[in-house]
Amino acid sequence: MINKLVLENLKHRPVRTLLSILAIGIQVTMVLTLVGLSKGMLNDQARRAEGVGADILVRPPSGAIIISGGQMLARIIPVVIEKQPHVTVASGVLIYGTDLFKSITGIDLASFNKMSGGFRFVHGGPFQHPDDVMVDELYAAQHKLHVGDTIQEMNRPWRVSGIYIPGMLARMVVPLDTLQDLTANTGKVTLVYVKIDQPANINPAIAALSERLKEYKIFSMQDYVTLFSPGNIPMLTEFIYVVIGLGVLVGFLVVFLSMYTAVLERTREIGVLKALGASPGFILNILLRETTLLAVAGSILGIALAYGTRALIANLIPGTLVQDIVYLWWLISAAIALVGALLGAVYPGLKAARQDAIEALAYE
Amino acid sequence: MSDAPIISIRDLRKVYRVGEVEVQALRGVDLDVARGEFLSIIGPSGSGKSTLFHIIGGLTPPTSGSVHIAGLDLLGLTDAQRTELRKTSVGFVFQKYNLLPTLTARDNIEIARHIAHKNGPLDPQFEEVLKLLGIAGRLDHKPRALSGGEQQRVAIARAIVNHPAILLADEPTGNLDTENSNAVLGILRGLNDRLGQTILMITHNPEAAAYGHRVVRMRDGRIE
Repeated sequence: MINKLVLENLKHRPVRTLLSILAIGIQVTMVLTLVGLSKGMLNDQARRAEGVGADILVRPPSGAIIISGGQMLARIIPVVIEKQPHVTVASGVLIYGTDLFKSITGIDLASFNKMSGGFRFVHGGPFQHPDDVMVDELYAAQHKLHVGDTIQEMNRPWRVSGIYIPGMLARMVVPLDTLQDLTANTGKVTLVYVKIDQPANINPAIAALSERLKEYKIFSMQDYVTLFSPGNIPMLTEFIYVVIGLGVLVGFLVVFLSMYTAVLERTREIGVLKALGASPGFILNILLRETTLLAVAGSILGIALAYGTRALIANLIPGTLVQDIVYLWWLISAAIALVGALLGAVYPGLKAARQDAIEALAYE
Repeated sequence: MSDAPIISIRDLRKVYRVGEVEVQALRGVDLDVARGEFLSIIGPSGSGKSTLFHIIGGLTPPTSGSVHIAGLDLLGLTDAQRTELRKTSVGFVFQKYNLLPTLTARDNIEIARHIAHKNGPLDPQFEEVLKLLGIAGRLDHKPRALSGGEQQRVAIARAIVNHPAILLADEPTGNLDTENSNAVLGILRGLNDRLGQTILMITHNPEAAAYGHRVVRMRDGRIE
């Protein structure tokens, strides 16, 4: 019976109910999209790192674990790395971030191809000239690029020499020498990929490299891809917490306003229920159930909207952002929505529960 | 009618504070109501009849004096105990019907049963009451689809569905035309006659008051 009353109350004010659900849904989508983007971008990065075909990664002493930062001299490749036993090939790359979500990667095509087995092109082929650029299919689709087109990056034109299947290294690849010169990093690379003759020799090779390059960060690729989590991106976890906090605040405010007006509007009905013998707990229970229902409906809508944002991103900017659907966060974001909503319902609920029956019955 | 009074009130006083001012709403009321009696309380606005109604109904506590409802002393009851009294011993009928607008007539009756933890099917006697009230065919409508007279009859059904010791009716015909007023008063009288339902009715209208077995008049917080 009480559930029927709760449902009928929500149906009685459909616009208010739908707006509340929508607001909670947007809050849930906000959290799911942010988390989905974090995971999606990191997983995509990890997949592309794996796609290189290397066994070991060497990073310079400075810089964060995942974010590109710091450079090292490319000459450590022939001088140190390639001289280690079991190393079959080492290839240095230079990564230059052009904006928050976009970077250009410079590679030495010969050594990179030897390591990875080469790019698989859908159109065109490897760069032939210093100002050639290769892009992956997603980047090409997003920017409507074809082989032979010219793109403007770093204040200079580049000719698209080939479009390759995504999943390897980067979205935009240029000759290493060109990028080094353009960014005043002549002779420097951001990281070095290393291929080992047999999997069993990876750990001994890491140990040997660590001995020679004491300050450097040296990972097996297997370990490296496991590091692609929000906790290893500086401030990302904090940023997610801020968005969650905002989500709780939005849910709180929306439900607070919605329930507060509902309680005011239903003052007389609350008086009637009290006259019938309803306890304060009974009244509070009704409002908390209404709130829970709003939060659950909002969460379902939010999850559906998260699929919508993923579809939008995949269609409009597939080369810039990647959003994953993170099922665990369905529960977490729904719980966040519920907590915010219940917090918002506490004050109106207590106000209703404490309402004087005689004053409530006299309310016009 | 039984001889033992179901309501026994002695020297009942109620003082409200309105800001800095004390308002003496009841100034020593003595009243006995016999089980099965239909009592009309009549009086002008401000005479204290509504306050008396609220105290007997357990909506507000008395300031002093004694109020016994079916043997229970209302003085000193906690809020929870007064809530229990409303749930089990008292049924209310209001001037403005006060049905829950989001529920059907049937559900308005059911919610009263739900609050009293009575969730089984309606007893056959109550089915008869619904026929007597003439609303058996209107139970699946929401209040907005019912006339004032129908709404008040649903409110009466809701008030007696848990078999309260006392039915309290506050100006039950105040919003009705003559025809519906007579119908509602006839129903109250019929419930009293057939079921022995004790009824206290507050009214301004002497003609309505005449439906009761006895009429008491209130003025300035006292019974005349």
